[in-house]
Amino acid sequence: MHTYFWAFVVGGLICVIGQILLDVVKLTPAHMVTTLVVAGAILSGLELYQPLIDFAGAGASVPITSFGNALVQGALSEAKMSGLVGIVTGIFEVTSAGISSAIIFAFLASLLFRPKG
Amino acid sequence: MTAQKQKILTKKEYQKLAKDNEPRRPVLANCVRAFLAGGTICLIGQGITDIFVFYFGFTEKSAGNPTAATLIFLSVVLTSLGVYDHIAQWAGAGTAVPVTGFANSMASAALEHRTEGYVLGVGSNMFKLAGSVIVFGVFSAFIIAFIRTLIPLIGGA
Repeated sequence: MHTYFWAFVVGGLICVIGQILLDVVKLTPAHMVTTLVVAGAILSGLELYQPLIDFAGAGASVPITSFGNALVQGALSEAKMSGLVGIVTGIFEVTSAGISSAIIFAFLASLLFRPKG
Repeated sequence: MTAQKQKILTKKEYQKLAKDNEPRRPVLANCVRAFLAGGTICLIGQGITDIFVFYFGFTEKSAGNPTAATLIFLSVVLTSLGVYDHIAQWAGAGTAVPVTGFANSMASAALEHRTEGYVLGVGSNMFKLAGSVIVFGVFSAFIIAFIRTLIPLIGGA
């Protein structure tokens, strides 16, 4: 049960960081999300992101910071097997599910729905 | 000359006026809402993860991909029904930061530009907002993975 508690708290706090970037630092939403992705990639490079996922579960894997983490982890695990070329071949390995499903569902939506208000 | 000076003054005055009259952002209330909305989305994500682990035999790690896909699916459906943007107005970063916000930006761009045709409208506008996330994510991941791969080759930790 405490996984749910920490998922809520950690996920909520990452969103608060995003809100502070919007309101206090006055970034645009696009800049804010991009900043968080790069932050996730840096934390991943320092091996700090996986411990956060182990601790908070979806609280760390649902926010967009985990996209940066997944890109780095995909690149690193492939690079371990095939050297520097692996960085390029592995970068989308983990994130493929997210990007592909977002493209597929968004395209299906454009076939089925009309824009609302 | 005088006219020009006057113009500069008014511009400065305008900027000051605009700054003074800019509505104060209720930072604390926004943060509380972002916390509640973002936390709830992550809570739902945790629930979906556990469903995949307990009923479909995924491990805690391999459940990440189907969880992301499910959240993205839900987000696209809510975007198509016009519900997600209503929630987003209340929640601010609480709906923009989770992966659902990424899907929302793609689905709403796809829907919005549908009238311009499927290739020029939907296809080329879908990544209008999500594109910068992918570009900067991939480039920073490349640099970081490059450094991490080189360090052992040179003989560091």
